[in-house]
Amino acid sequence: MTKRLEEKFGGAFLIAAALFFVVIMPSLNAFTSPDSALHISGFTLNLFGKFLAYAILALGLDLVWGYTGILSLGHGVFFGLGAYCMGMYLSLAIGAEGVYKSALPDFLVWNQVKELPLFWKPFYSFPFTLLAVVTVPALFAAGFGYLTFRTRIRGVYFAIITQALALSVWLVFNRNEMNLGGTNGLTGFKKILGLELNSAATQRGLYIATAIVLCGAYLLCRWIVSSRAGRILLAIRDAENRVLYSGYTPSNYKLFVFTVSAALAGVAGALYAPQVGIITPGRIGVLPSIEMVIWVAVGGRGTLIGAIVGAITVNWARSYLTSSFPDYWLYFQGGMFILVVHFMPDGIVGLVRRLPEFAKKLMSKRNRSGPSPSGDPSAAGD
Amino acid sequence: MKQAGYMALRLTPKSGLARMMKALSVLLLVFCIMGIQGTVDARAAQTPSEIQAEIAKLNTKSRKKRTEAAVSLAKRGDPMLLSLLLALREGSLYAWKPAGGEARVVIGGDAVKRGDKEFLPLFEAYSNAPLLDALGKPLLVPIDQVKEIRAGRRIRRAIRPYVNRLKNSAQLLSPDPNIRRAASTRMARLGDPNLISVLRKFLAAEPHWLTRIAFEEAIALIEMKSVDAKVRLAAVRELGEINGLNAIGDLKTAAGLVAGNKGDTDPAVRAEAKAAVDEIEYYLGWTSFIDTIFRGASLGSIFLLMALGLAIVFGLMGVINMAHGELMMIGAYATFVVQGLFISYLPENLFGFYFILALPAAFTAAGLVGYLMEISVIRHLYGRPLETLLTTWGISLVLQQVVRQVFGAQNVDVKAPSWLSGGYHLIIGVQFPYNRLFIIVLAAVCVAGTYLFLFRTRAGMRIRAVTQNREMSTCLGVSSRRVDAWTFASGAGLAGLAGAALSQVGNVGPDLGQNYIVDSFMVVVTGGVGKLMGAIVAGLGLGGMNKLLEPAMGAVFAKVVILIMVILFLQRRPEGLFATRARGA
Repeated sequence: MTKRLEEKFGGAFLIAAALFFVVIMPSLNAFTSPDSALHISGFTLNLFGKFLAYAILALGLDLVWGYTGILSLGHGVFFGLGAYCMGMYLSLAIGAEGVYKSALPDFLVWNQVKELPLFWKPFYSFPFTLLAVVTVPALFAAGFGYLTFRTRIRGVYFAIITQALALSVWLVFNRNEMNLGGTNGLTGFKKILGLELNSAATQRGLYIATAIVLCGAYLLCRWIVSSRAGRILLAIRDAENRVLYSGYTPSNYKLFVFTVSAALAGVAGALYAPQVGIITPGRIGVLPSIEMVIWVAVGGRGTLIGAIVGAITVNWARSYLTSSFPDYWLYFQGGMFILVVHFMPDGIVGLVRRLPEFAKKLMSKRNRSGPSPSGDPSAAGD
Repeated sequence: MKQAGYMALRLTPKSGLARMMKALSVLLLVFCIMGIQGTVDARAAQTPSEIQAEIAKLNTKSRKKRTEAAVSLAKRGDPMLLSLLLALREGSLYAWKPAGGEARVVIGGDAVKRGDKEFLPLFEAYSNAPLLDALGKPLLVPIDQVKEIRAGRRIRRAIRPYVNRLKNSAQLLSPDPNIRRAASTRMARLGDPNLISVLRKFLAAEPHWLTRIAFEEAIALIEMKSVDAKVRLAAVRELGEINGLNAIGDLKTAAGLVAGNKGDTDPAVRAEAKAAVDEIEYYLGWTSFIDTIFRGASLGSIFLLMALGLAIVFGLMGVINMAHGELMMIGAYATFVVQGLFISYLPENLFGFYFILALPAAFTAAGLVGYLMEISVIRHLYGRPLETLLTTWGISLVLQQVVRQVFGAQNVDVKAPSWLSGGYHLIIGVQFPYNRLFIIVLAAVCVAGTYLFLFRTRAGMRIRAVTQNREMSTCLGVSSRRVDAWTFASGAGLAGLAGAALSQVGNVGPDLGQNYIVDSFMVVVTGGVGKLMGAIVAGLGLGGMNKLLEPAMGAVFAKVVILIMVILFLQRRPEGLFATRARGA
């Protein structure tokens, strides 16, 4: 029954959702008058742009965690690498309009660096930046993954090592010697591709780009998981040794999926930086990295669509709660970690999928009149 | 729980214990030596006759002679004379003629009223010791029997610079060797040749070896400014022999090693100074080496304390407890609370004992929270390590926020009890702070205690039994649920102890746990799961490595390098240092 329901309406729902995010939301922002009830303010659109960028990252995370069973607590690093690449381009695009009227970014002048460091120079070029946004995190992930997967570091060990990675990279990015702005990160962006970054139209364009990239990322992930390789990923999650004994090399598949996921995270970071206007090491560390995992968990891991739903829901709740009840956000977040793992292992998507089943049970219960001898334990928690 | 079954706990019982005992006894020895250090103030108070004569000169009618006498006394730089000069300035220096004796100069104390007459207690002019009557009681003299030695403005002005300087050298009389040392260093800087004899005198009576060396150093430093090349040569040689660390700047100048300065005029002194600089720099290399080793051991034992609880919880039970750091934080806050109780309800002189009580309190508080965590949440997640990781992370966020709301977001102030402040001077230039030593001892005791608990008690046996074969243990009547809860609680309690120890060396705030959690997990991963010995070696190893690399590349890059090293190390030994030979599950 459920399967059929999803087959029937799933595709239509997805297309509708994509249309909503790509076309309707920006149109409501651009073409309705600010007084209209349907109007979406630039602020809200910008907020959703951020959420959708997070959703791209969550997709990648779902690929490694939900499908392959690798829990990475270091995805903030890849997100940060992508965001810093874009941030470097944007910093250079400021040109001589900074506070110090120098061709160098302000913080470099402030740190008394006379000449632009060599690794900054290619970021004058936008095409190079686009390339770097994907390849820098991907190469980093490939190197790191090669070292770890090759020796069959897995499960919680991998999680712990990635967490240590997040801590180290965070520490390094905090240093001024790295010439990446230290604790303050990169900010004060003014232009992208010659356009005013802060104008409503540019921001709307960035939002649309994010939404389109998200759709593309979803299709890419869908294609990966429904391919033959995708089935092997699932098999690795469920019984890695059997995959190994069947003649496959799990570490290669893991490396592949980890690299793809890192690239997605990098793209997400690159879309995040111009929309939020700042990238700091605070987005890299241990805390943000583990928060990303809860997005996927809340939405429902191993479903792809759940990752998107989770990223948007949790972040929307976050921006609401941190402004309205700042003291209680941590309780909420902590409670989410505890409750979702305990009572909603399949997340929101799992709940929705079980709805018809649930309704049927309720109906039959009412028909039978009288308590059933044994309740369904899995349904009791929901 | 199946994987955990393979993780047999092994501490290579005999050799491990022997090694631990050895380490423990060395540390005990260190503490014993610290106790033996003698108490201070054995300086005899005999007045040297020449000073006696000069003091007597103060008792004169001629203001000029009085001034001369006062200045010449003040110039001596003898700190024992400070009270006399101060008394002179304040007009409480008297000439007193005892019945049938010669007139003496004495210091008068605060006047006492007996009936309608005022009496003065008297003190020796030089030593400031109270004068006693025949019965051994403080002597009281009617105020009209003594005559004030007047000090006009002239005298006061003449002695003022010397008095200020004397206040400095008067610190040589302090019972605290640190203050005596600091005073001698300042005197060396003054470079007044008059001070040499003073320092010599105190050197003879100084009971503390390190302070003696500081005095010798100060004397030699002053002598280096002598006009006589022979004296300078001897002083420079002396400085080289005693490794005068404070003298290295002066020696370098004398050796002509400082740019723009040709050095000492005498070539022999120059050569000797160069040799002395080499000697001291060689010595400095050693001290910094010892210092690094000690700081490594100290950080390692902190890691070890943190990892010990994890070794039980993660190693034995296979539970990833991301809230381990927050359990440490609870231990630290328990220490803070116990401290607060001592301050508000107990007399001040008992304050030093608070830390003794704080240790069990921290253990209990963290253990209780751990127990509640296990029976409410973690119990339902056995065998699902990734889920446990996320859940315990959630718990850690909640615990942090609770502490933030109860105690505030700022760090709280945990004071060290007096017996943990200060440090033990091993050799010149190497000081082991007591709080660090204490943590090393505490870590050793905890390891020994954990070992004994696991391998020598029935409860420990049950824990090991459940770890090795849950089903069989249950069949034999062990309540595995109860054992799980208690095992987790004891691991949490150890975390609390680590937190209490940390409160003595670091900040206590709501994010205390976050700062250490990655480190402690790295220790467990490197050491290998399920092996106490692994946690010990990895804890000390990573701590030592950290401190070894820190001077060369800074704290941040040292940490990064260590992470890289751990990853590379896991290439060769994916199961950690002490791997059990078991097939991967």
